[in-house]
Amino acid sequence: MTKGWTLYDPRLAWMLVAPVLLLLVVFLLLPIAMMAVYTFFTFVTAGVEESTLTLANWREFLTDSYYHGFLLKTLRVGAMTAVICGVLGYFPAYFIWATSFKHKWMLLLLLIVPFWISFTIRTFSWINILGEQGVINVALLRMGIIDEPLRMLYTEFAVIVGLVHFLLPYMILNVYVSLESIDRTLIAAARSMGCTGAQAFREVTLPLSLPGLAAGLLLCFVLAAGSYVTPQLLGSGRDALFGNLIYDTIMGQLNWPMGATLSIVLFVVLGIFAAIYTRYMGMSQIVKGLGG
Amino acid sequence: MKMSTTRRLERLHEQYMNGDLSRRTFLGLTAAAAASAGLSMPWMGRAIAQVKEVRFDGWGGTVQDAIDKYAIQPYTAKTGIKVVQGTFGDENEIITKVKTSKPGDFQIVHSSGVNYYIKYVNAGMTSEINEANIPNMANVLEPMIAPFRKLTPKLSAVPYDYGTTGIAYNTTVISPEEAKEKGAALLTDKKYAGKIGGYADMTTRVWYAALATGQDPNNIQDMDAVWAKVRETRDLARKFWGSGAELMDLLSKGEIVVTDAWSGRVASLQDQGHPIGYLDPPGSYAWMEDMLVLKGSPMAECEELINFMLEPATAIAVAEGQSYPPSLDPTKVKLTEKIEKLPAFDPTGKMEALTFADPIYWAENEDAWTKQWDRISKGA
Repeated sequence: MTKGWTLYDPRLAWMLVAPVLLLLVVFLLLPIAMMAVYTFFTFVTAGVEESTLTLANWREFLTDSYYHGFLLKTLRVGAMTAVICGVLGYFPAYFIWATSFKHKWMLLLLLIVPFWISFTIRTFSWINILGEQGVINVALLRMGIIDEPLRMLYTEFAVIVGLVHFLLPYMILNVYVSLESIDRTLIAAARSMGCTGAQAFREVTLPLSLPGLAAGLLLCFVLAAGSYVTPQLLGSGRDALFGNLIYDTIMGQLNWPMGATLSIVLFVVLGIFAAIYTRYMGMSQIVKGLGG
Repeated sequence: MKMSTTRRLERLHEQYMNGDLSRRTFLGLTAAAAASAGLSMPWMGRAIAQVKEVRFDGWGGTVQDAIDKYAIQPYTAKTGIKVVQGTFGDENEIITKVKTSKPGDFQIVHSSGVNYYIKYVNAGMTSEINEANIPNMANVLEPMIAPFRKLTPKLSAVPYDYGTTGIAYNTTVISPEEAKEKGAALLTDKKYAGKIGGYADMTTRVWYAALATGQDPNNIQDMDAVWAKVRETRDLARKFWGSGAELMDLLSKGEIVVTDAWSGRVASLQDQGHPIGYLDPPGSYAWMEDMLVLKGSPMAECEELINFMLEPATAIAVAEGQSYPPSLDPTKVKLTEKIEKLPAFDPTGKMEALTFADPIYWAENEDAWTKQWDRISKGA
């Protein structure tokens, strides 16, 4: 059947790619298309909609500042989380890369260990840390540093802490992979030409690790902006993100057409951000960062 | 629909006699059936019987623990029918799941009474129960059945328990005298700003705001005043809780000192030794729960399970375990002293002392009010 085919035959390439393409079409493109169609359906009452096509859902989204405010807030929280992850994540990644510790794999394992525990439980654990009777408040009260508990839980601060906790390993791994791809002789060359350690880092290591940092920032931003559980558990109603709006519309109001509209909005906005980002950062750089 | 081997052979014979099958085909199929029967083992019948199971979805936590321990496990032991259980924190969650699955995937839901019953009816998710298969319904309080029958003369649900959403308070911070004096006004008491909680549910929020503004929750005249009061509570609140487990966590950890709360969950906290008091202010929100059988369910098995759950011994054990009075009529069934002491218990069996939400009135306003509440809860 494959007689006469060459190794780089396009037909072979298509055959190899076909299963993945099929999965993408069935499990990604088709659901998104169905969601897009739903945005034009008419909401009748909780849990009931009809297929009479309408622009009412889009009109509501475009004219209601309530949604715009939450969208901007979501982008802000996502960006803040990504930047904090970038700042906090670079140093551990650099340390793991630079250390001469014999069992480096153990350090990498430590990064993965949190993933062995349920994400929800990890998020819940912050209630016992940030709460009024949590570790921090109890310690500060007993040391006499504060007179009454600090309000940390159910605030935007708690949400960002929870998101950083969740996303930091992704950032560290991205930066680490990028650092690992650097040819260390370049740093040795820089040093031999008179660079100090700090100069070698600034002129060689940092620029060459930027693709990993950029990929980590994009990943953290997209995941933070699309998160739902963390703000639900660690934030108050005011600290909700766009994902919570989608949840409430679909699960609370049982208004699927409007929920689908909001979902498509978030999908498109994050997609545009990712597209612009990769355009200016260079897609090849991002791919390099993600792939090592 | 399943068909027994005997019935299949009878049909085959009938088709042969009618001339629909040739003699050769008839003999061939009969021989195949005989071979199949000969090869089948005695355990096959039991194996087929064991795949029978019923799906039950409830509220989780102490409530479902009680149902599991005192009703479901004994039922499985008695009948061999396995009950697969699921939980939800908010009933809209299960409605969404039912909507996205095929009929029969979800079968019995421990549902929140008539207000939610309407949603299932509107979405075409209800079934028709054969009440003759649930003889224990004779003991169920008629005032609890009537609102369901008003919506669908042929019931899809059987009332199972009831309770109130009253005011729970930390007795180390708020004295019972103060709680009694202030009642629902505790939820907007600036003295407890940042330590107030509440159920993140439109009905509860609007109900208590209506009471706080001196209005009848079943006939609200000034909705603006109600929303203003809802905002007032929101601004003073530390957290609006979304499930019974979260309510218990917030109260027991001292994150909040006063909240509207489900009577049964408060009783559970009191049993655990937490310093939590409870009171039902005048007009306190009363609700009932039912066992709802969804469309596409195995009706006979579901009816059998519900009948078992309504057995007085079972219902009483569940009621004591979940701390909510059962739907059994106390004038027909002798209930225990523990149940008679539960909050919201009505010894008359007439339910006149409890204020339930008018399902029609609330259903008419549900969509608009839920949307508005969602916005207010997020700071609008």
